[in-house]
Amino acid sequence: MEIIVPLVAVVFIVFGLVKKVGVFDAFLSGAKEGLHTAYMIAPTLVGLITAVTMLRASGAIDMLTQLITPVAERLGFPAEIVPVAVLRPISGGGSTALLVGILEKFGPDSFAGRIVSVMAGSTETTFYAIAVYYGSVGIKKTRHTLLAGLCADFTAVVFSVLTVRLFFT
Amino acid sequence: MMNYIWAGMIIISLVFALITGNTAQLSDALISGADDAIQLLLGILGIMCFWLGLMEIAKRAGLTDLLAKMFSPILRPLFPNVPKNSEAMRYMSLNLSANLLGLGNAATPFGLEAMKELQKLNPIRDRATDAQLMFVVLNTASIQLLPTTLCAYRATYGSERPFEIIHCVWITSVIALLAGIIVAKVFCAGKEKEQLRR
Repeated sequence: MEIIVPLVAVVFIVFGLVKKVGVFDAFLSGAKEGLHTAYMIAPTLVGLITAVTMLRASGAIDMLTQLITPVAERLGFPAEIVPVAVLRPISGGGSTALLVGILEKFGPDSFAGRIVSVMAGSTETTFYAIAVYYGSVGIKKTRHTLLAGLCADFTAVVFSVLTVRLFFT
Repeated sequence: MMNYIWAGMIIISLVFALITGNTAQLSDALISGADDAIQLLLGILGIMCFWLGLMEIAKRAGLTDLLAKMFSPILRPLFPNVPKNSEAMRYMSLNLSANLLGLGNAATPFGLEAMKELQKLNPIRDRATDAQLMFVVLNTASIQLLPTTLCAYRATYGSERPFEIIHCVWITSVIALLAGIIVAKVFCAGKEKEQLRR
């Protein structure tokens, strides 16, 4: 699978050559946009990532996890997966660290290991996407985007448990 | 919305830090969080520039038109208010392709270009249109065909078959995505046209 990135690059470039596009000139003018993009999203990233890091350091997320865990266990969700489920929508890096921790501790082919794998594979960092995409064009009224995103995340958590139960037990 | 969420996160973190006594950690987190954000940005800046460079080649060669045609049957019903042959449709198709291939670092710059184009169709500058809302919801869900990074982690920690969970990932992603789309659509229903008419 490592080959996919260079392959895509070659397909684009060969296609350009065939269509007689000045490929390097085109590349340069496009790449310049990357700097502009970075400039546009930098403030959002600083604001959001700082807030999430602070929230985690304060112990508030742990508290929320502790509150949810007994309910989740009663519903048949293993306790180990709750922290990942809680952190997943707000922090990509943080939830990946927790995922790796679970894979290490319980093994990737354990019940919890499989569930967190499915969860990680079927969700994105919702807060990040919302903040970056809307921030880049100056939209403040996001309406029900967060609701829709979190509904999708919640559905993903439920179905990662259900599918792993269905196929692996 | 973001105003309250962001302010709430920071205020709550201070309150909790005072309760739990994690004040030193909180202070560290403020500094390291801001630093992490810039490190993250610098970390993806190079590859972002590279992908946008390739995108420009694809655009000039007409490859993006081809992609847009391919994705048209999926995108049309989701974005009824976006003109068929618009730049917005092309960038959204590129974003979707990058997501499907698991090229997250390419999907973000393509997606931001798409947002810029969608913004040109937005009559109320600071309020999301139905199309923008739907597009962001698509990007808050995961639609990769092969979660390669995830499977690499599984392999690293000794999985017998790192890819064995892939059908679970597909089923879960599709259902979660549908849930997101349904919520987005239901709450959007009819309001947009009303507003445009005004």
